[in-house]
Amino acid sequence: MLKTGGHIDYSTPVISVRGVSKSFGDLHVLRGVDMDLFKGENLVVLGRSGTGKSVLIKLISGLLEPDIGSIEVLGEQVDELDDKALRQLRLKIGFSFQNSALYDSMTVRENLEFPLVRNKRNLSRAAINREVEDVLDAVGLLHTINQMPSELSGGQRKRIGIARTLILRPEIMLYDEPTAGLDPITCIEINGLINEVQEKYKTSSIIITHDLACAKSVGDRIVMLLEGRFEREGSFDEIFDTDDGRVKPFYDYNFIK
Amino acid sequence: MPLLAQLPMMKKIQRTLIELANIHRFVMRFFREVFMPPYEIKEIIRQCYVVGWKSLPLISLTGFITGVVFTNQSRPSLAEFGATSWLPALISIAIIRALAPLVTALIASGKVGSQIGAELGSMKVTEQIDAMEVSGTNPFKFLVVSRVLATTISIPILSFYTAAVGLFGAFLSVNQHEDTSFRVYFDQVFEAVTYLDVFSLVLKAVVFGFTIGIVGCYQGYHSSKGTEGVGRAANWAVVMSMFLVFIEEILIVQIIQAMRA
Repeated sequence: MLKTGGHIDYSTPVISVRGVSKSFGDLHVLRGVDMDLFKGENLVVLGRSGTGKSVLIKLISGLLEPDIGSIEVLGEQVDELDDKALRQLRLKIGFSFQNSALYDSMTVRENLEFPLVRNKRNLSRAAINREVEDVLDAVGLLHTINQMPSELSGGQRKRIGIARTLILRPEIMLYDEPTAGLDPITCIEINGLINEVQEKYKTSSIIITHDLACAKSVGDRIVMLLEGRFEREGSFDEIFDTDDGRVKPFYDYNFIK
Repeated sequence: MPLLAQLPMMKKIQRTLIELANIHRFVMRFFREVFMPPYEIKEIIRQCYVVGWKSLPLISLTGFITGVVFTNQSRPSLAEFGATSWLPALISIAIIRALAPLVTALIASGKVGSQIGAELGSMKVTEQIDAMEVSGTNPFKFLVVSRVLATTISIPILSFYTAAVGLFGAFLSVNQHEDTSFRVYFDQVFEAVTYLDVFSLVLKAVVFGFTIGIVGCYQGYHSSKGTEGVGRAANWAVVMSMFLVFIEEILIVQIIQAMRA
């Protein structure tokens, strides 16, 4: 089911990317990317592996710096912020990593407490426990609270990773390949969770994926990254209504034509 | 690119210079961040436990064996001159001035340095460090500053412990062969040791501790290329810290000799 996007405020971009290029040595990954994410929107970025999709969200969160171009997040120019201001901005951005990036040496509870304890130092023990249990409940994994990450399945790790980002109540969610390496049933659950997060926490999200089923079920708008640029943009049907040899194989493979 | 810069040797030199500049930046960042709040006291204490307490069994065994073996090896030479009564003084000077901090540092390089390198390396390649960064935490402060402080605090304490265990091991050997009592042995031990010897132990241990921590963290924090990179980070953490410990030993001995003169 393709989302309708009725709740989106198209007058307010929460992220604006203008003319961004990024290279690693001789490898030119992004070549002048322009993009807006609007308030309340789920934007899916599609593209082949190695085309710079993950680089784009790392640039948005300030983990990498663009060679040229500008990135504005919630009205602030990311590359002009000092460390302290960048840290403050990051509290409003949730980043769900491809491999979940849970802290191996901590239990699920400690993983979730970590950002909370560090950024909201005046919270009482009871309030921290309540927050942790709330977000774990929201992702349906309250029973794993005392388990170690190594004891969880891939899908559970993804959910806990998402829960850890939600605990700071971010305004923007960045999902890096949320369904990569998961079985189809778990993929459907994760897609459902992304939509639930958007509705419950009123987030605006960028979802990086090459899974078209995921793109179709969570995306309000889809952009396609081809050779370092966004070359196609629109709804799912608009994106794939083409004979472009770089785009069609995506559709044919995912829907087994 | 100029032709000269394309020569393999020049590329190696260039890479080495870049690495040195990175190390310099890393060390300077440590000194900048160590004094800035928030202070990760809980994590520093936890790391002191990992570095110090968990190294005790290995340090105890190594310190004890060092004391016994050094005494047994020194005895024949002194016996030739009928000077075995000098054994306690000789042992105390050797252990406190040189062996205790050096043995502790070498054991810690292997155990703690590799552990730090592998732990941070694995966190780096699995994006756990990035995850900390994007959740509003300063990973350098939490991971690097706490570990370097822990090794800088723990290695001196462990060095004193190694000295105590080594001297006790040496006492057992002296007591068995020379029939020297506990009191006489330790009277001679403390008579031979000066404040400068103790200062030398502390100075070396602090420098060695800092080196082991910073090298392990640097290697781990900059590891790449997946699991192979983690292995390399752990390996280099040990090799580099051991190498630097020996260089520092030579330099500090020169400084202490100059102070003694």
